[in-house]
Amino acid sequence: MAAKQAKKLELVVTKPSDREIAMTRIFDAPRDLVIEAWTKPELLKRWLYGPEDWLLTVCRIDLRVGGALRFEWHHKSGQAMGLSGVYREIGLPDRLVWTEIFDEDWTGGETLVTLTFIENGGKTTATQTVRYSSSAARDAAFQTGMATGMDQSYNRLAELLNSGA
Amino acid sequence: MMAATLRALAEPSRLQIVELLRSGPRPVGSVAAKVGLRQPQASKHLHVLSKAGLVEVRVDAQRRIYELRPAPLKELDVWLGRYRKIWEANYRRLDILLEEMKGKTARKSRMRPKHAKAPAGRKRPAKRS
Repeated sequence: MAAKQAKKLELVVTKPSDREIAMTRIFDAPRDLVIEAWTKPELLKRWLYGPEDWLLTVCRIDLRVGGALRFEWHHKSGQAMGLSGVYREIGLPDRLVWTEIFDEDWTGGETLVTLTFIENGGKTTATQTVRYSSSAARDAAFQTGMATGMDQSYNRLAELLNSGA
Repeated sequence: MMAATLRALAEPSRLQIVELLRSGPRPVGSVAAKVGLRQPQASKHLHVLSKAGLVEVRVDAQRRIYELRPAPLKELDVWLGRYRKIWEANYRRLDILLEEMKGKTARKSRMRPKHAKAPAGRKRPAKRS
């Protein structure tokens, strides 16, 4: 029973395209609860940590098209990590789409995140797809004009993520 | 530190150069030829990689030989492995939160029964179907 449980709750990481990484996970709860847990700041703070010991201390969500989101994680050492974004699509209960960019900008530009919820027999499958932007190609430091090359770079990054190294 | 590594690697030619140097040190001319760049371009990329701590250079007679420094890449591998683990841990916490939320929902519906049975002894006539 425990083994079966583990299988259905497994995190699946796939690469739908050269620039995307998707994570799929099944939750043993109805869709409306999963959506609530994913869109209410006081609930997000309960589970959306950064790396270990990085707590979500700031969480602001303006859940409408064009609305802003702001997340900040803090480590007990005093270090902080921040992320800002804008909601592009509010298609609940089926999907949410928003852009994200870290203050530190690790990913060379904005990423576009699509989150979908599908309910089946009282369980909910949530899929988060992160699409890396090619806007980095417009950045002064990357003026090589090799947009497809940039995709390949991110594909390599995705491969590294996928290998679970 | 990690940001510099990621930024250095997020450029296709530089990623190719790093992959190339995994097989051993090379002079800049060889790097340029293998990656398909003109030498000045290759030098420029190698300079960026050097500043990010990904490669180091030694001078051998007239040539500059570039070599990979494994530490930043190991750091990146570890970081990326952690990314997946971070999400796995987040989702496990979400499982726990959802169990709690389901419990609350169940308690709420127990507190407000929709079809309470009538107590015995009521005098209302039975409903006609």
